[in-house]
Amino acid sequence: MKLKSYLAAGATALALCAGSASAQALVYCSEGSPEGFDPALYTAGTTFDASSHPIYNRLTEFKVGTTEVIPGLAESWEVSDDGMTVTFKLRQGVKFHSNDSFTPTRDFNADDVIFSFDRQGNPDHPFHTVSGGTWEYYGGMSMPELVKSIEKVDDYTVQFNLTRPEAPFIANMAMDFASIVSAEYAEAMMDAGTPEMVNQAPIGTGPFKFQAYQKDAVIRYLRNDDYWGEPAKVEALIFAITPDASVRYQKVQAGECHVMAYPNPADIEEMKSNEDIVVMEQEGLNVGYLAYNTTMPPYDNPKVRKALNMAIDKQAIIDVVFQGSGQIAKNPIPPTMWSYNDSIEDDPYDPEAAKAMLAEEGVTDLNMKIWAMPVQRPYNPNARRMAELMQEDFAKIGVTVEIVSYEWGEYLSRSRALDRDGAILLGWTGDNGDPDNFLAVLLGCDGRENSNRAQWCHEPFEELIQKAKVLPTQAERAPLYEEAQVIFKEQAPWATIAHSVVYMTMRPEVDGYVVHPLGGHIFNQVGLSN
Amino acid sequence: MLKYFGSRLLTFIPTFLGVTLISFAFIRVLPGDPIIVMAGERGLTDERYQELTEQFGFDLPIYVQFWDYFTGVLQGDLGNSFVTKRPVWDEFFALFPATLELSLCAMIFAVLLGLPAGVIAAVNRGKFFDRALMSTALVGYSMPIFWWALLLIIVFSGNLQWTPVSGRIDLTYYFPNATGFMLIDSLASGQQGAFLSALRHLLLPTIVLGTIPLAVIARQTRSAMLEVLGEDYIRTARAKGLAPGRINGIHALRNALIPVVTVIGLSVGTLLAGAILTETIFSWPGIGKWMVDSIFRRDYPVVQGGLLMIAVIVMLVNLTVDVLYGVINPKIRKR
Repeated sequence: MKLKSYLAAGATALALCAGSASAQALVYCSEGSPEGFDPALYTAGTTFDASSHPIYNRLTEFKVGTTEVIPGLAESWEVSDDGMTVTFKLRQGVKFHSNDSFTPTRDFNADDVIFSFDRQGNPDHPFHTVSGGTWEYYGGMSMPELVKSIEKVDDYTVQFNLTRPEAPFIANMAMDFASIVSAEYAEAMMDAGTPEMVNQAPIGTGPFKFQAYQKDAVIRYLRNDDYWGEPAKVEALIFAITPDASVRYQKVQAGECHVMAYPNPADIEEMKSNEDIVVMEQEGLNVGYLAYNTTMPPYDNPKVRKALNMAIDKQAIIDVVFQGSGQIAKNPIPPTMWSYNDSIEDDPYDPEAAKAMLAEEGVTDLNMKIWAMPVQRPYNPNARRMAELMQEDFAKIGVTVEIVSYEWGEYLSRSRALDRDGAILLGWTGDNGDPDNFLAVLLGCDGRENSNRAQWCHEPFEELIQKAKVLPTQAERAPLYEEAQVIFKEQAPWATIAHSVVYMTMRPEVDGYVVHPLGGHIFNQVGLSN
Repeated sequence: MLKYFGSRLLTFIPTFLGVTLISFAFIRVLPGDPIIVMAGERGLTDERYQELTEQFGFDLPIYVQFWDYFTGVLQGDLGNSFVTKRPVWDEFFALFPATLELSLCAMIFAVLLGLPAGVIAAVNRGKFFDRALMSTALVGYSMPIFWWALLLIIVFSGNLQWTPVSGRIDLTYYFPNATGFMLIDSLASGQQGAFLSALRHLLLPTIVLGTIPLAVIARQTRSAMLEVLGEDYIRTARAKGLAPGRINGIHALRNALIPVVTVIGLSVGTLLAGAILTETIFSWPGIGKWMVDSIFRRDYPVVQGGLLMIAVIVMLVNLTVDVLYGVINPKIRKR
């Protein structure tokens, strides 16, 4: 066994060396270690980059570079007229990978789909507790309440029965947690007494086969030559785990990796002027905001909120906090998302008018708290600094600000309280490219005392998003969301601050890389030219 | 000697108990609920929170939690990471060889340069060599590791391209990690150039991690040597015409070594636990970064298990140092 793996390893090394002339191995300098390789168990983007994108497929997929949902392992799907059942027609002839301890005896079929979801949703399923499964994303997307049952109609037809019509369901099926794992492999590993191998030595249907992982150092993949879709352009994919951004940049310059994630914003200018480096950029699917507690006076008055919004110099925040790697947000959803209402005018930056508006509403000598997160997030690289800038802005209109902060866990839990004092800095990164994932989660009535930090519940807005949620087509839903954004702007439960800009840095020989708005780093379509 | 060793070993038990308790308590004293941290901005419902609390056993009284943990530890079970869901024990032993390899190399580097530097400085007390060596040591001691590492990378890897930027070996080499020590594994793989590549990757991290211990050892050796050189028996040795090399190298150094060995022992502990910055910059897959990440994520099992393992290793190093005292100085083991 050992000899065998040594031989195999030697052969790979030889293949890689021999192949270097035709540039066969793509090296990606990633920012951290994946938590594991079964995407349903985890929530981190770093984990999804290493698991769901190279190794697995889903029933539906996001077209790379867009939030458009396209067929994946399901060739087509049909939603019943009442919206309560969704039937997927599965692709035939799809092969699972094999490894040292497993060779599939059958192609992908309905059993794998049922297994992949049942283990997450059914507490009695033998795999429900394997690898300490908490199925955060499945729960987070309200799937347990949404999915009543999953039925196998035949080997290549699966029917999901829902408890209510839900338009974003199809997009949910393209999310990482919905990756399809092999039921046959899981059973084999369960029988061998090592069910956790499903997570540690993953088997999927994706464009790359998992080869090896050394924690905090390197992950290796080989091209899946039996891939059902367009095969990957490189023979091998290697993740060189490199936590420090400056070091990643050095590695790209030295040719030790081809592509790197998350450059330092401060390095972008230099990178752009470097001829040996290509920098790509796109707006991230996220939003950073300041949420007022709309249940507490004086913030229960939309005019007061509006006045405060007008006092914030957003451009200064973009320049100082984002160092240019961000853009001003005027809507609660990012511009790359469908139904983004571009006709909305942002609140002007006008301290004088803001001051007058506050006086009109009888608000004088206001003392407010601004909560600043203790951690760096994609939508807010430095909340403390942002809060300080707002403190200065608000001082100009006679509002005294006290900045408060807690440890991250405390921050998240205390900020949910209905009687939370003042306004809070937070943000959101989209999961499935659906506006519902922003507007309902962050501003819907059900989200109060949880993800709706403004504690905002506004009947006309709520009606629109509830109606849009159950309409079947994007064309019917989009106008409702556009209108909802108008109401949002009038009512101003938040000051929308910024959408970050995501940068990718790579060497010029990298060919075909596309920045994905959902944030993943995807390499099946990437090649290397000489 | 055996009795001396036994008595040292006995002090192990209360220390171990104390460390187990402190490592368990430490992470729980910090504010921040691991379940809330895990859920992030999304948040979770009260029912779900309750469910997870039960799953992780946080609903049990704290002494029951401790007892479960403690009996687990005695059976060699440190629990599973909340984040990766893998056994802490497995993760530790997957990462520890990298830390150990780097720490040992750094220590060897520090001792090989630090001892002679200290001796030379002491012998040339007040002269140019002494001043030059000791000011360099002071600079080395005060150097911010992060800055020092990046400087070396930019100069030697970026501009001169003599050394690789980071990692443990060139990625074109691939072989199973039998021991986890890259130098050994690369030799065993029989692949041409693998060992050399591993060595080249070790160079900069070794220098960076070894800089502070090097400075400490050099200064400690100098002051211990100066003390010993003033002793009567040295004067006697000089008087009877022994060669200066023999006096300094054998008579003086051996007696000066006791405090130096203490410093080396303490440094090993610091190296094992304190390689975090070096590990992060050089993408070195060791336990330093693993521990720090786990503290931010409130990954209780990893923090308490990792702390315990590091403490046990530091205790073992100290035990070795104690035994070494006995070897160097027979008076100690007879006490």
